[in-house]
Amino acid sequence: MNEKILEIDDLTVSFDGFKALNHLNFSLDIGELRVIIGPNGAGKTTFLDIITGKTKPTEGQVRFKGRNLRPYAEHQIAQMGVGRKFQTPRVYLNLTPRENLEIACNRQKTVIHTLFRKTLNAERRTVVGLLETIGLSHKADMKANLLSHGEKQWLEIGMLVAQSPDLLLVDEPVAGLTDEETEKTGELLLSLAESHSIIVIEHDMEFVRQIAKGTVTVLHQGSVLCEGTIDEVQTDPRVVEVYLGQEIHTNGPVNLEDTAELLGVLEGS
Amino acid sequence: MVASILDGIFNGVSIGSILLLAALGLAIVFGLMGVINMAHGELMMLGAYTTFVVQNIFKAIGGPLFEVYIFFALIAAFIVAALVGLLLERGVIRYLYGRPLETLLATWGVSLILQQFVRSVNWVLVFGLLLFCVLYFGGQWVVKRRADFERIKGWSTTLLLFLSGAIALVGGNIVASTYGLAATQPWFGAQNKDVTAPAWLRGGIPIGNYQLPSTRVFIMVLTVLCVLGVYWFLNRTAWGLRIRSVTQNRNMSACLGIPTRTVDALTFALGSGLAGIAGCALSLLGSVGPNTGQNYIVNTFMVVVVGGVGKLVGTIVGAMAIGIADYIVGTGILANLTNIPFLKDFFTFFATTSMAKVMVFALIVVFLQFRPAGMFPQKGRTVDA
Amino acid sequence: MAVDTLVQSRGVDLAKRRSLLIEIAIVAAIALFLIFALPWLISAFRLNLMGRFLALAIVALGIDLIWGFTGLLSLGHGIFFTIGGYALAMHLKLPQPPGSGLPEFMSLYGGTELPWFWRPFYSAPFSLFAIAVIPAVIAGILGYVIFRNRIRGVYFSILTQAATIIFFNFFNGQQKLFNGTNGLTDFRSVFGLPVKDNRTQYILYIVTILFVILAYAVCRWLTSGRFGRLLVAIRDDESRVRFTGYNPTGFKILVFAVSGALAGIAGALYTLQSGIVSPNTMNIAFSIEMVIWVAVGGRATLVGAILGAVLVNLAKSLLSEQFPDFWLFFQGGLFLLVVLLLPSGLIGWLRTSGVDLYKQLTGQTRLSTYPSLEEDPEVEYERKNIGD
Repeated sequence: MNEKILEIDDLTVSFDGFKALNHLNFSLDIGELRVIIGPNGAGKTTFLDIITGKTKPTEGQVRFKGRNLRPYAEHQIAQMGVGRKFQTPRVYLNLTPRENLEIACNRQKTVIHTLFRKTLNAERRTVVGLLETIGLSHKADMKANLLSHGEKQWLEIGMLVAQSPDLLLVDEPVAGLTDEETEKTGELLLSLAESHSIIVIEHDMEFVRQIAKGTVTVLHQGSVLCEGTIDEVQTDPRVVEVYLGQEIHTNGPVNLEDTAELLGVLEGS
Repeated sequence: MVASILDGIFNGVSIGSILLLAALGLAIVFGLMGVINMAHGELMMLGAYTTFVVQNIFKAIGGPLFEVYIFFALIAAFIVAALVGLLLERGVIRYLYGRPLETLLATWGVSLILQQFVRSVNWVLVFGLLLFCVLYFGGQWVVKRRADFERIKGWSTTLLLFLSGAIALVGGNIVASTYGLAATQPWFGAQNKDVTAPAWLRGGIPIGNYQLPSTRVFIMVLTVLCVLGVYWFLNRTAWGLRIRSVTQNRNMSACLGIPTRTVDALTFALGSGLAGIAGCALSLLGSVGPNTGQNYIVNTFMVVVVGGVGKLVGTIVGAMAIGIADYIVGTGILANLTNIPFLKDFFTFFATTSMAKVMVFALIVVFLQFRPAGMFPQKGRTVDA
Repeated sequence: MAVDTLVQSRGVDLAKRRSLLIEIAIVAAIALFLIFALPWLISAFRLNLMGRFLALAIVALGIDLIWGFTGLLSLGHGIFFTIGGYALAMHLKLPQPPGSGLPEFMSLYGGTELPWFWRPFYSAPFSLFAIAVIPAVIAGILGYVIFRNRIRGVYFSILTQAATIIFFNFFNGQQKLFNGTNGLTDFRSVFGLPVKDNRTQYILYIVTILFVILAYAVCRWLTSGRFGRLLVAIRDDESRVRFTGYNPTGFKILVFAVSGALAGIAGALYTLQSGIVSPNTMNIAFSIEMVIWVAVGGRATLVGAILGAVLVNLAKSLLSEQFPDFWLFFQGGLFLLVVLLLPSGLIGWLRTSGVDLYKQLTGQTRLSTYPSLEEDPEVEYERKNIGD
């Protein structure tokens, strides 16, 4: 299990001199579920932009399954097996959930195939199964813009799975969801983690605690501040400092519970 | 040889500065508000007609005052175009923010209306329009003050529209039959109008054995002044700061108490006013007609595309590059420079005004293959969200 | 449950097949009416106009494909339309058999030799082929250089508009090659039939109707399947499509090319019925006008495109006969009206207000205690499946 699916070496991205990512190093094992946290402006979304090919690195490289991603465009990277869920749910609002999933599910994504080949029964079955999983079976044939926010989030996760990627990049999957929906999303992600490698970016510490069984990475000002289990990270004085903006830890030993609560209060809203 | 190169640069810059003057307002409106204003050319046309009217007034007054009418015309053109722009923003564009393609279509509709308006405007039309506006908006004002406005809104608006329309139509017809030709004669008609430049703009400024036409020098100076003025306004004044802040973050600006609607209106009026000035400058170069604006609109859009919407300097460089390329290709200077028969034929083929445009467009498309967002694009994560 | 949903989707397929049959029947009925009944009702002149409008409806379908479904506002369809017209007109202007002289205008401008690119147009099959293929290739190339760089939105519109001006300049400026401003006119015979004859025009009218049906069928096929849904997806969120693993560029180029080909066919049919093709149809105004036909009818509905093209042009011919001055006012007003008040066009309006109106008229209104529930999709779903 120690083979790496994603390796990032010394990555720097700058926009007009502003370094969104700064000498970042990162790697992910096959089958791992990794949670990335970090304050606003830490470069989390740029990090995903880089992996999916939306932005090209200024320096350094990203290797997915050992291949350098630099020469590939977004759709090629997606075909190689990287799926991405956006911060705000981006589903095709004028299509039905079924159609949304069918588009994502299509194996051969060339013009000719899309135009001439019939939808395979196997694909239909996958779509039906997915509709079931994300709980949208009864709304399968109404336009997606009639779905609630939570349903759209789920639909987008479903689309991601339909792509059958090896690596899932999930950007704030529970933003704006109710507690119950959040919990269900967590379960969904955990069950997906059994067969996929996943990177989750999240603010909600409650949720992070639910899903982070392994390593958590903290980004700050474009580089990795620290990595470790959720408990290690939450007690790390540097993390506390960047989140709270002041050096509490100099006043004495950090109370684990307090910090966790503070982080929860600050970021979980 | 040196003379012909100098000539090329002068003429190129001269064409470029007209383009720049025309594109400046467009770049502001597009760059700051994301609005594609297809009626920009017609605002220029209005500026040119305003110049024509001001010239006629000063001609009637006569005397030495005529020599300086152009300055009054510039101011009048700015004001007229800005007011029409303001009306356009309040009446149409503000409902379409964030929908650039729809804005494009709507402003195209406005440009058609303005063209036909200039062709057929006469006292009857003006009277009818005024009557309609007074009746309709007056009626709206009265109805709005009723307590049950929301309930009767639908049918009362329709009724008012038809009633005031009918009354205006009848009123116009009465005026037309009472005053006859005096009222029905179009003010301008469909023919082109000529503006006479003041005497001091008609000659040329001799440099060596070469003459620089005064009008072109005047336009260059005007362009430089306009660019500096715009730069100063946007970067050094309070309203300029407000405009820039609304561009960056509309909601935040609104929270900070900046009147974003006023800022929108102001920005659009400024861009339109600049179109008026450009129109005034155009009238010095040739006759003006209802279609004058349309001839410029595509070129000015090209300037914005090549320059990129990020910065003012992009518009300047874009305009100059297109102007110079246009002139160099169009006059066949390139054909004279080579001796290879094939190339010579090739360049001669493009050495007319209209064919030069073909070549320049091809060059622009090639350029966009390397810099799809223009010379000075906006950068950052948020651009393509 | 999973199996149920699959069965349900098969049921949807059956329903689809039935509605397809109904659609075919309606199309056939309308076509039969246009072909057999309309000539009795209106004069030959009006019928010829109707034929032209129907030709324009084919471009409208093309515009709808690229704008309504894919979200790319092309202001360059005048190019494809005109070039389609030229492709046919060049064939008609060449004296047969090959080598027996030049088209009149060429000798007028002192030309002695036929330009090389005129030669293939001696062949009728080539010309017919060229009517659709040359515009498609031009559209494809233009699309490739624009879409490749992800130039989109208004930039695409502006560039296509500039291309229109460029082609206009080119055709307008080349007297020796294309007879410049005057264009190509005075066609004597088309495939052995005299062009000006009423009978020929009636045949052309029928051919136009057949092509409208064909174009409708092609567009219907393109937009109804997975391909069509992908076009809508590109329109709604292009970068999402990319992250799903599709390359939108190819799809956009194909759609643009198909839509150019439709415009070319329309141009050729229009040229035959109007008797002239000239660079005038490449001015920027005409290309934007095409867009408004689609907008009036209702974008992203194929019927809307056809309806809009016919209605607006009907209005144009009536109004400009009666009040020539006011056509532009009317047209400008139409742009504003459609954009500001009727964004989904006549068909869209019929779908919303029309249905209500119909229900009111036929007394089908159900007095609802909770009006908001009527619009709730879940309630609707339950009603449909559990019974009211």
